[in-house]
Amino acid sequence: MAVPSTRRLRGLRKALLGLTGLAGFLVVWQLIPTLGLINSQYLPYVTDVFARLAEESVDLAFWRRLGSTMKSWAIGLTVATLAAVVLGTVVGLVPFLRRATHTMIEFLRPIPSVALIPLAVLMFGIQMQAALVIIIYASFWQVFVQVIYGVADVDAVARDTARSFGLTRREQLTHLVLPTALPYLMTGVRLAAAVALILAITAEMVIGNPGLGRMIELSRSAGDSVGLYAFVVVTGLLGLAVNLVFRFVERRTLSWHESIRGEQAL
Amino acid sequence: MPDRSTLLRVEHLRKVYESATGNVEAIGDISFTMNAGELVCIVGPSGCGKTTLLKCLAGLLRPTSGVVEMDGAPVTGPSPAMAVVFQEYGRSLYPWLTVRGNVELPLRHKKFSRAQREKLVTDALVAVGLDHAARSHPWQLSGGMQQRVAIARAIAYQPEVMIMDEPFAAVDAQTRADLEDLVRELHTSRNMSILFVTHDIDESVYLGERVLVLSKSPTWVQEDLAIDLPPTRDQITTRALPRFTELRTHVYDQIQRAKRGKTVDAQPAR
Amino acid sequence: MTKHPDRIAVAERTAGPDVARRPGVGSRIASSLGYSLGLPMLLLVVWGLLATRSTNRFFPDPLTIFEAFVDTWVGPAFVEDVLPSLYRLGLGITASIVVGIAAGTIIGLVQWLRELLEPLLEFFRAIPPPVLIPVVMLLLGITDTMKVVVIVSGAVWPILLNTIEGVRATDSVMTETAESFQVTWWERLWFLVLPAASPRIMAGVRQGLSVALILMVISEMFASSAGLGYRIAYFQRNYLIAEMWSGILLLGLVGVFLAVVFGIVERRVLRWYHGLREVNRA
Repeated sequence: MAVPSTRRLRGLRKALLGLTGLAGFLVVWQLIPTLGLINSQYLPYVTDVFARLAEESVDLAFWRRLGSTMKSWAIGLTVATLAAVVLGTVVGLVPFLRRATHTMIEFLRPIPSVALIPLAVLMFGIQMQAALVIIIYASFWQVFVQVIYGVADVDAVARDTARSFGLTRREQLTHLVLPTALPYLMTGVRLAAAVALILAITAEMVIGNPGLGRMIELSRSAGDSVGLYAFVVVTGLLGLAVNLVFRFVERRTLSWHESIRGEQAL
Repeated sequence: MPDRSTLLRVEHLRKVYESATGNVEAIGDISFTMNAGELVCIVGPSGCGKTTLLKCLAGLLRPTSGVVEMDGAPVTGPSPAMAVVFQEYGRSLYPWLTVRGNVELPLRHKKFSRAQREKLVTDALVAVGLDHAARSHPWQLSGGMQQRVAIARAIAYQPEVMIMDEPFAAVDAQTRADLEDLVRELHTSRNMSILFVTHDIDESVYLGERVLVLSKSPTWVQEDLAIDLPPTRDQITTRALPRFTELRTHVYDQIQRAKRGKTVDAQPAR
Repeated sequence: MTKHPDRIAVAERTAGPDVARRPGVGSRIASSLGYSLGLPMLLLVVWGLLATRSTNRFFPDPLTIFEAFVDTWVGPAFVEDVLPSLYRLGLGITASIVVGIAAGTIIGLVQWLRELLEPLLEFFRAIPPPVLIPVVMLLLGITDTMKVVVIVSGAVWPILLNTIEGVRATDSVMTETAESFQVTWWERLWFLVLPAASPRIMAGVRQGLSVALILMVISEMFASSAGLGYRIAYFQRNYLIAEMWSGILLLGLVGVFLAVVFGIVERRVLRWYHGLREVNRA
């Protein structure tokens, strides 16, 4: 078995190089304040940041904040996905609606969701609902657009086949339309998950509802640069986790599907 | 017949793909020569390392041992003396360039004036009958026409030998016949040297002046067969010649033997 | 659920004869105008009716918003708040594209570099861009440079990573073709690598654009005393509801404008790609 072993070697090399890159980055980070290139007030020592991370990780309050960020993320993503699937399927299946909503979608989609922050604050103050408005608005479009594409993408031959064998409308929906749209849906959900996390944290930073974003803003205004960097690292890790999980799920459902589609986010 | 000096010389070519747990010997020991102005077909059972051989000849792969010589100079990398026509025209032509752009691309680094370059491109497109489609993109053309573009690109490059790697494997039968005649036409009217790799026995006999039959992997040249058909060939009459049938039967037998892996003490085709 | 199938049936039945009838040019234009403007008009009217009847002061009617729009943005505010914002946005986007494509091409072409940086880049991409605002503020202070750097620090990642991916995935036969014809390094970059990667690069730029716009707004809401984002936040804090809505509208217009410009550029740059895909699908 020649091939797997070279592949394993190459994988090992890749992992080693990747680790080297990561280590190199941390060393450079540590060196910059050590050599005094940037004052450690502005760029703290990496060791301090990691010490702070260790400290936070045994602090229940930290986990509670993380929990509230993830809670608004999860609720926002779920609501947006459900709404987008229902509306997307209807609009995608009915040519009249597709044509009629086209301009509307093209205009509403590029509106940056953060533009709605002031409105959300007016309506809900600094509660989680304000954040949810932003999260749902942003992630809705990701899923909605993909579902419309997916539902409209049903292969003409497959559709004719289904018709000629006399499948009922309901059977066509469950056996033809949904399987076709599923990979699109998964792509949409993956993009939406990343976008929802970005906006969950952004909302906390700007609106001030409790969560990681608020901690970042508080650290900044308190001049606690170690804390600021520590929380930024946490959000990065969180984003990485969300990306990896959803990419894995998507690959699972996409394995039979050959299509490659351009991605768009936010 | 014009000057028929040795153009390409291949001697004891061997290619082993190395991997951590074992080596795969793709080419065992191939030797042959090709004269200037010849049209040589290489035919062999599937998986016999035709593409590997071709890549070694074109300087795209480094052989494990042995020599490839072009005009007496060893080939160590891609050489301006050779132009390759790949099987996968869809991936060998660049979809973002027009037909003209594709043909012109390899000429950019050659020291031509703009006018010379334009002329070469136009000539090549006329030769394959595509001058009217110069401004189209390759994907707007049919498969056969796309392969014509690839051939035009090779012609404009003005190589000493054109190497064709199963160029017509992916086109339909009618188009294939037209393209075969185009290759014959380029060979006779422009006196082009062509090395044509194929898995199609009829094609090799119809096109070639010589057919090299390869053994199965690890590959050697099982037979070097001269095709003594008249130089003017025609899809209907040539293929109906009894001699054509004899030759194709002979090559077919050789390939069957090659598949079974029998060493052949070359029985000359009579 | 039961409603849907009927609707499909209706739609299909009407679609058939419609095609066969081939309406004249005039009525075709009218119908496409109707389709594109019908729903927005309808929604505006409904909004107007609801707004005049309800007592909810957070939703003024469209006319009021429109008046506020003209009063607020047409005039000096455009020069003082909007243009500088757009200037920084343009600068940030340009820098992101240049840096992203240049660095992405190099990283994509050099395998060991790619493997060295990959996990690191994945991490940087995963950081929600707005959290970089406080970091950049800390490092650079509250300046215009900081706002541009913030935009770049967020928008560059999708462009960079997509370029790497696109450059890396250059087709092997296309590369061999270039090799066998001895195409030079620069020609290969310009005629093979970059065009081959261009669909991915454009997808990255599209993502980068929306990130850039978001960062422009947030960085101004956060740390500024001028600019579009600052104005909107200011209106909200002072309960100038119609003005706030007009700001949202303006931001929406900026977003649409960016999308339209991108669409035009994309269609030009990727004309071959869309054509190719259409042919392959048929």
